[in-house]
Amino acid sequence: MQNGDQHYSMEDETYTDIDGKAISLECQSHSGFCREFTVSSAKVSIGRVMAYTCAVWLSAYIIFFVTENTAVLSSAIIITLVGMMVHIHFVKVDHETLLIIGSLGVQVSSSYASGRESTDFIEMGKIKDIVINEAIHMVRKIKDMVINEAIHMVRKIKDIVINEAIHMQTVIYYLCILLKDPSDPEAVSSVVPLFQSSKPRLNCLVKVYKSCQEILAKC
Amino acid sequence: MVLKIFFPQCCNKADSGLLVGRWIPGQNSAVVLAVIHYPFIPGQVKQYIHQMRGQSGVDLTVLGSWSMPKEGQEGMESFLRDLSTIFPQGQWLQLSREMGKIGFRCHVLTRDQNGKLVQQEKELKEDGGGEKGGTKRGGGEKEVEGEEGGGEKDKVIFIHYEQRKVMLSQLHPIDNGVPDPQTESQLPQVFGTVCQSEPLFFLDKYDDGPVKMTHWQSEGREGSIIVELMKQASTPVCLLTTWMLTLWTSLCSSRKANIFVSFFVDVSLGLLLVSWMYRENRIGKLANTLVPAADHVAKELEELLQWLMGAPAGLKMNRALDQVLGRFFLYHIHLWISYIHLMSPFIEMILWYVGLSACLGLTFALSLLSDITALLTFHIYCFYVYGARLYCMTVYGLSSLWRLFRGKKWNVLRQRVDSCSYDLDQLFIGTLLFTILLFLLPTTALYYLVFTLLRLVVVMFQGVLHLSVDFINSFPLFAMGLRLFRSYRLAEGVKFRVLCEEPGTPLHLMMDINPLKVSSVVQTYRTPTYSCYPKDSWLALCKKLFLGELIYPWRHKTTKID
Repeated sequence: MQNGDQHYSMEDETYTDIDGKAISLECQSHSGFCREFTVSSAKVSIGRVMAYTCAVWLSAYIIFFVTENTAVLSSAIIITLVGMMVHIHFVKVDHETLLIIGSLGVQVSSSYASGRESTDFIEMGKIKDIVINEAIHMVRKIKDMVINEAIHMVRKIKDIVINEAIHMQTVIYYLCILLKDPSDPEAVSSVVPLFQSSKPRLNCLVKVYKSCQEILAKC
Repeated sequence: MVLKIFFPQCCNKADSGLLVGRWIPGQNSAVVLAVIHYPFIPGQVKQYIHQMRGQSGVDLTVLGSWSMPKEGQEGMESFLRDLSTIFPQGQWLQLSREMGKIGFRCHVLTRDQNGKLVQQEKELKEDGGGEKGGTKRGGGEKEVEGEEGGGEKDKVIFIHYEQRKVMLSQLHPIDNGVPDPQTESQLPQVFGTVCQSEPLFFLDKYDDGPVKMTHWQSEGREGSIIVELMKQASTPVCLLTTWMLTLWTSLCSSRKANIFVSFFVDVSLGLLLVSWMYRENRIGKLANTLVPAADHVAKELEELLQWLMGAPAGLKMNRALDQVLGRFFLYHIHLWISYIHLMSPFIEMILWYVGLSACLGLTFALSLLSDITALLTFHIYCFYVYGARLYCMTVYGLSSLWRLFRGKKWNVLRQRVDSCSYDLDQLFIGTLLFTILLFLLPTTALYYLVFTLLRLVVVMFQGVLHLSVDFINSFPLFAMGLRLFRSYRLAEGVKFRVLCEEPGTPLHLMMDINPLKVSSVVQTYRTPTYSCYPKDSWLALCKKLFLGELIYPWRHKTTKID
């Protein structure tokens, strides 16, 4: 913690991401016009890791039992190790940071589970605005779809159609930066979505949005 | 807008003096390039800066004063205030730093319309309650009190940067030529300023010049050692060094450097290959296996043809046509084998001399291998052409006669199918020919299929060789080496880090260079090669194969395809 900064973190229970997992938000105010927001995603669950490893090795053992070839076992080990390394280095995001510096720009950075950081800085001259956008998102869990269909089968045809249509999709919100078109200052040339891996819910986004708008209005 | 000051890290511990740099218009930022130390004569400083402005093309000015008082230098404050009158500026920065403290302080004096200096208070109020108001000054200066919340509009950010790295770095995407002065972007302007101010960095505080400055050279980098050598060496050595330096700087243009390094690596790999091949007379062994390999291929082909002439895969062929085609191709193979046997005494010598040409590079050797394969499989190519032509004629005849069967005709003028009334004998002959061709179709189709597959195998092997040659030629080794070992030279952007500071000082940020991603390096610096990729998509290729048209995947667009 630095002297002269205001540093406060939100409680874990208040914020979740769109899949329901718990995330945490940390806001740090370095100065009147410089703030940093860090959203930490849920960590890798040990249950899933063990499930995948057991599945791969069980299938490897079955293949070995059938073919009597030891290369299958060593390749299964190598595949598991390489897969885990690739996952923590390229896929699993530990926390995402948004650093907004008034009249200089916005820096977006993702930090992966292996420690790798990927940073992107957008100058203030290119930023038109920071807004919260809506999007339609397909529910991925098969379990939910099956249960929904089972419950609605007893209803009338009309009901099943409407209910399935609503339940299969949810509306999600995401925070994004609108970039200016260099030729036309009023048009939006592209959109940069923020916090794509952590996917926080609306209550978390609104806090970040309000802070950002304060700083953007000042400078 | 907030005032942004880009301050080089090398000047953090510099003695008190004047700040030299450039104001970036429209962005309310200043880039500090160097600190000129006491004692100096203001006239000489002005003249030197004017000279540097002409040499570098950068709009250099004196930005303000820098004070880092050591023991026994307490009287600097008034001296620094008086300096602002000597160098007339729109805005005059007064940066100061105390020994033992990390943060800087900044006062900005602005000239208002009357030509008087107005001091704007820039110190932040700390929580413990420090001095908020400004001190009263003498005549000609007005005092403006900074309010607690309302003073937000006049804030300062210090952005520290590593001068040598920023000077050597190149911001991507690269603009052609000088950056547009109308551009709103701040970072390209900062990078461009530091990069173009190289003439300013020739003299530093250890040289005997009109002014004594601190910048990145004062950290004792190797650049200054070369300059020292150049000064003290005798003329021929001096000339040699200048020639080598110009060679190195011309190579540092990335595209030329890439081509040079690729060529160099290619030649060295070729020499390695040559030395390996000739060491234990491997080339002789290779030549000795070449003729038996060709014999083996011919034998396999003969067996294949015998199989086709029988009942291949249980299909029943037209006996007569089968025998004709089979014997025709067998005779060709017999001719080919005779030629190979005729050439066999000379093959070793030819191969020995041809192998030497691999000294010119690995790509040369690979291309040679591709050509040798093409020569040795010439009979497969011939068979493919015969089979394809036969099949193509059959298919065209069938389609034309099928139209006749239905009473239609192809109108060449209008490029469409028209109805047509045929005479009875025309219809009769047409139908006869149609049935003949239809029943001969399986035989010709099978021969075509077999030889097309063989040809495709050869084409794929050649394709792999072409692709590897292309890869070796176009891969930017120099840029990749730069990215791995001197990652700051290829910059995609910057990243900022907030530095720990003390309360009551403005915000300090550290600007690091964000290196270019590896995929972007390959994409930007790929040497364009004269490569002939297949122009057809997969669908067009399948269509051509079905119709029996000849495929030439490596032909250029300008060559007329038969």
